[in-house]
Amino acid sequence: MTVRPDLESHLTERRDAGRKLLLPYVTGGYPVKDWPRLIEGFAAAGADAIEIGIPFSDPVMDGPTIQEASSIALSNGANPPAILDRVAQADVDIPLIAMTYYNVAFRMGHKRFADALVTAGVGGAILPDLPLEEAADWAEEADRAGVATVMLAAPTGDDARLARVAERSRGFVYGVGVVGITGERAELSASATEIATRLKAITSKPVVVGLGISTPAQAVEVAQIADGVVVASAIIRRMLAGGSTDDAIEFVGELRKALDAS
Amino acid sequence: MTITADHADSFMGDPDDTGRFGQFGGRYVPETLVPACAELEVAFKQAWADPQFKDEFHNLLTTYGGRPSPVTECFRLSEELGFRVLLKREDLNHTGSHKINNVIGQALLAKRMGKNRLVAETGAGQHGVATATAAALMGMECIVFMGEVDIKRQALNVFRMQLLGAEVRTAMSGSRTLKDAVNEAMRDWVATVNTTHYCLGSVMGPHPYPWMVREFHRVIGDEARSQCAEMISGDGVPDYVVACVGGGSNAAGIFSGFADTRAKLIGAEPAGGAAVGRAVPGVVHGSKSYLMQDEFGQVQEAHSVSAGLDYPGVGPEHAHLAYIGRARYESVTDSEVLDAFQLLARTEGIIPALEPAHGLAWMVKAKSELAGTTVLLNMSGRGDKDVAQVQAILDGDPEALATMRP
Ligand SMILES: Cc1ncc(COP(=O)(O)O)c(C=O)c1O
Repeated sequence: MTVRPDLESHLTERRDAGRKLLLPYVTGGYPVKDWPRLIEGFAAAGADAIEIGIPFSDPVMDGPTIQEASSIALSNGANPPAILDRVAQADVDIPLIAMTYYNVAFRMGHKRFADALVTAGVGGAILPDLPLEEAADWAEEADRAGVATVMLAAPTGDDARLARVAERSRGFVYGVGVVGITGERAELSASATEIATRLKAITSKPVVVGLGISTPAQAVEVAQIADGVVVASAIIRRMLAGGSTDDAIEFVGELRKALDAS
Repeated sequence: MTITADHADSFMGDPDDTGRFGQFGGRYVPETLVPACAELEVAFKQAWADPQFKDEFHNLLTTYGGRPSPVTECFRLSEELGFRVLLKREDLNHTGSHKINNVIGQALLAKRMGKNRLVAETGAGQHGVATATAAALMGMECIVFMGEVDIKRQALNVFRMQLLGAEVRTAMSGSRTLKDAVNEAMRDWVATVNTTHYCLGSVMGPHPYPWMVREFHRVIGDEARSQCAEMISGDGVPDYVVACVGGGSNAAGIFSGFADTRAKLIGAEPAGGAAVGRAVPGVVHGSKSYLMQDEFGQVQEAHSVSAGLDYPGVGPEHAHLAYIGRARYESVTDSEVLDAFQLLARTEGIIPALEPAHGLAWMVKAKSELAGTTVLLNMSGRGDKDVAQVQAILDGDPEALATMRP
């Protein structure tokens, strides 16, 4: 069993020390051979935690970039146990978070899935198609196993709903930065800072905003209000466009530098 | 028959507060969509309880959609099969299938909610054409997502949608069929939810869709029930009610008229898309139901000669009806379907869509079980859209044959 720092206390401590949180994303199984080295590379480049995507055949929250990476991974045989095996071996001392769709957990069984995450040293789970009303059974099992279920808070929710989402969220609260799906945006959506502001007003848990954050400048802008950012498509797109894993790692380093300088 | 509490749930009543029929259903959607689903649920409940809305709905179904659709007695086919065959003629509706009932309902509801843009998915193109039709009728913007594979199979319907003023967008991901068109439509909806209504085409998706879509199609079953009462002596109920099942909307519509009777309910699934037949629970596209998937929960691609049934899931209420044993789901092969397609054309002068030909194919196969009974088949659509494909298959065209599974 691989033991890594607890997600919520790790992020809270770093935030309280004045650091802006950076959570880059890796698609498990993409690039096909090299993807595990991204975990160590991102950690060395200054990630505070890493989201590991477990690809799903029908990712309704994902735009073309992550869809493509997922489908390449799946057609090359990526599956949850194999991905988690590799994740367990990664030599990093920051929290890792699995990001997948609910059917993957449902099919494996809540207990087996939660235990598999713990064994691999994955301390958090994001299931974007499992909203509050449906989350109870899974979240209980995850709590028992020691997996933080990170809930998404969307701009379309009213304040009462955001409060309930934040209350149930563990690890941090994931602010959805756009009314839309994952993918790069030339302009930062106004809703990214709005959701950060609304969440910061109601929770003391770390507030991390993701979706549509594509550049260091955008990351800095959001992190002026939020405690941190998730960056996904902008990283994956670099590799889909022919860049190497080193290029992706270098980009994470640039994000880190920009956040530190802000 | 009296309704007792312990089997009231076999009568196709309302889902529970979480949108479940038994253990199936629910609302498994991205957080962004939760408020929109809740808003839709409230709006539908209010509209459906509002006599004015219902009047407007039924008035359009009559004066525009051509309802009621007749029930046809099939004398020659009955003779040939050895049991009495009745057809509920949804193929005679405007746009050629049952789909018009649902889209008229949803378009009216969207208007009532102040949303003027409709997005829809389509497989065969029938739901896309129906949605585009309703949008044209009511002056709404309409975007239809369709898998690349289906766009090739159903080129005529693509052009129909365009004629009706809709924009057809190609779904290029995954299997490039119906399930991927649903993904694209949901992605669009996630990004446009404040202005857009997702006009889902079957009894699937997050609550309230499975329930709402069934209610809009209930008219099929209600009409058929009173038509059968006139045509069938004794208790006025057929022994069997048969319908094809893709997502399951035409089946839910006709079943709902007979769920509280002694009629046996049969859903015919394509062998390559038999979600209920495989009976593995899963969650995709907003609800928990039966789902074709691999050991890791990856959704598998369905295979059917008919684009409208090429879907790996099924509406949650059907999973429930199967689970409690109120309905039975049987699968038929592509070649059995082609035989049935031709049989109906020759014996009754009715060219069916490939989808309802699945129901007939089961009836042919189950001849001995059905001997001497009365069987009502939901003729959910007409076959014009499929004629070119069937011709190519019968001519032995290799590309067309490749759409067939043994
Ligand atoms: C004529 C016809 N019947 C049936 C179906 C399948 O849908 P459902 O199972 O929702 O009735 C379709 C779908 O396109 C159709 O066109």
